[in-house]
Amino acid sequence: MPTIPFDSRLERREAALLAMWAFLVTEALFFGPLFFGYVHGRIANPAAFVSASHPMHVVLGTLNTALLMTSSLTMALAVRGAQQGKAIRLWLALTALLGLAFLGIKASEYWMESSEVAKASGAELTFYFLYFAMTGLHALHLTIGIGVVAWLWRHAARFGREYHAPVEVSGLYWHFVDVVWVFLYPMFYLLERYNA
Amino acid sequence: MVTVTNYLSDGFTLRSWLTTHDHKRIAVLYMVAITAFFFLGGAAATMIRLELATPQGDLVSADTYNKLFTVHGVVMVWFFLIPSIPAVLGNFLVPLMIGAKDMAFPRLNLASWYVYVLGGLFTVAALVAGGVDTGWTFYTPYSTRFTDSNVILVILGVFIVGFSSILTGLNIIVTVHKLRAPGLGWFRLPLFIWANYATSLILLLATPVLAMTLVLVALERFTGIGIFDPALGGDPLLFQHLFWFYSHPAVYIMILPAMGVASEIIPCFARRTVFGYRFMAYAILGIATLGFLVWGHHMFVSGQSMYAGMVFSMLSFLVAIPSAIKVFNWTATLYKGSIFFSAPMLYALGFVGLFTIGGLTGLFLASLALDVHLTDTYFVVAHFHYIMVGGSVMMYLGALHFWWPKISGRMYPEMLGRIAALTLFLGFNLTFFPQYLLGWLGMPRRYHEYPPEFQLLNLFSSAGAAVLAVGYLLPLGYLGWSLFFGKRAPANPWGATGLEWQTPSPPPKHNFEEQPVVTRGPYAYDPVR
Repeated sequence: MPTIPFDSRLERREAALLAMWAFLVTEALFFGPLFFGYVHGRIANPAAFVSASHPMHVVLGTLNTALLMTSSLTMALAVRGAQQGKAIRLWLALTALLGLAFLGIKASEYWMESSEVAKASGAELTFYFLYFAMTGLHALHLTIGIGVVAWLWRHAARFGREYHAPVEVSGLYWHFVDVVWVFLYPMFYLLERYNA
Repeated sequence: MVTVTNYLSDGFTLRSWLTTHDHKRIAVLYMVAITAFFFLGGAAATMIRLELATPQGDLVSADTYNKLFTVHGVVMVWFFLIPSIPAVLGNFLVPLMIGAKDMAFPRLNLASWYVYVLGGLFTVAALVAGGVDTGWTFYTPYSTRFTDSNVILVILGVFIVGFSSILTGLNIIVTVHKLRAPGLGWFRLPLFIWANYATSLILLLATPVLAMTLVLVALERFTGIGIFDPALGGDPLLFQHLFWFYSHPAVYIMILPAMGVASEIIPCFARRTVFGYRFMAYAILGIATLGFLVWGHHMFVSGQSMYAGMVFSMLSFLVAIPSAIKVFNWTATLYKGSIFFSAPMLYALGFVGLFTIGGLTGLFLASLALDVHLTDTYFVVAHFHYIMVGGSVMMYLGALHFWWPKISGRMYPEMLGRIAALTLFLGFNLTFFPQYLLGWLGMPRRYHEYPPEFQLLNLFSSAGAAVLAVGYLLPLGYLGWSLFFGKRAPANPWGATGLEWQTPSPPPKHNFEEQPVVTRGPYAYDPVR
């Protein structure tokens, strides 16, 4: 049943996809000042950024990257499944669980890093400020994403060949959140390796 | 007697308004809200002009004065000017002008209004709690380290209202892309649609940058670490770059919709098609694009690189080209037209003149050497008020008059409309032209006292503000009066060509009784013989 103001479900789907793409452009610019601030801070204080990144847990960060990339795969499979009218609950559940695992590991990292932050001084603090602001904002986005995927899981029976725009739109959002992490990972975890 | 249900008679309870999904009703909700904020910001301006009537700082203390101009700026920029034309008239007219039943996302549209109100409540709470004294620009490190006023609360308000802008912009963009009537190609769109479309792009691209920048200011203030305070290894110029990356395009958020309105009114009351339609559309896009590349001209004396200053100066001059195209084309539209000096037309003609003065004085400020003398003086204040008040507010009022029959179903009293337009034009020039002279003579902005030799010009300015106040109260009075006592408006009182005039006034709930089909370009006016 198409809703006002659209004449057809197809029209409505196209509008939803366009809206999400436009929203993601806004999101990218929302992260923009943080990335800009990072570049500025690192150019101004390269040594402090490297020393501040020393206590970062590269293994956990790499594991988390792998988890998120896998969740993008399961999300893509959920979208594909919905378009083909197949069952998607398994893929959605895996996606949400991978996201939750990421958040769990991230939280334990925060816990371990808090003592290092207490010892930091000068521009190292700038590094940690950006680290917590950027990964925190990313985690907030991921939390919202997990909520959305859980909602999709609950209403999975409604989606099929005819109607799957919500799955597609959520998929776009999920991939965006993952792409942000792909930038955050080298910026905070791999500094020392680059400079060595 | 047959009663046809229109959008106004679709429910009379408060609940029917506060839960509506109808873009026209949401537009009216916005109109009420921004009018309240306009008079709040106007009250602060009144206090400022009263204080500046005498050289001594005798009415309010320096601290209170700082808070007054901050309130004035914050309220007028984010709670009146930015939502004014897009959220009120854009909301009302975009679906009507393109032959759609509603905005693409009606519920999101209503949510945007609630977000706006929530942001407004935070800002008002900050004012009640004692106000803010940073100026609307929140420059660091003053805002993060030194001031003891309610910075975080106001920042929250501005942050929240930003999402209202973003969501409105998103809605307009998707609506224009996906809901145009059959036959309505891009180059048959009215210029008002082009203007709101370009404005929405800016809203989408610039607002999030401000939002995050303000979050960073609040975090820095809250935690004592950050990236803007030099004492913490940060850089205050970084803040200024980020702030103006939003706030310069924000000027175009305010002026582009006004240009769109002028491009509707002038052809209608000159009974001619707009001159150079495609150039007008491209000029709108050109201004929107160039607007993103000129933010550094706010920072000529702030210590940014001299070479950056030169590039920003040159790019700022370039904005004059599409702007001039618009002014020349409006003028050329009048040439050999059959001009009717109706109230909306008086607003539009006033707008063209004031925008031209505001634009030309912008070139003074874009040139590096002159800007060193003029920056942070009343010349700057006069310049941006010519654009924002002489441009945007004049055209917001012009638009309200032009589409009032469509919005309310009633005609406003024409003679009072003309008198108000002239009062505003005269009052505006009396208020702000002396400020150019004051700035040129070196009077700095943002002080509550000044040397006695500046008093005469300041008195002119304060007197002008009183005239302006009358000019703003007049429409409030007679437009309100016309809601109950005005003559019933026909569907198309001006003989205008847009789709919005082909449906009854006020329009029915879903705008058109049957889907309109477009077979020709806009502004197909026949000359009056």
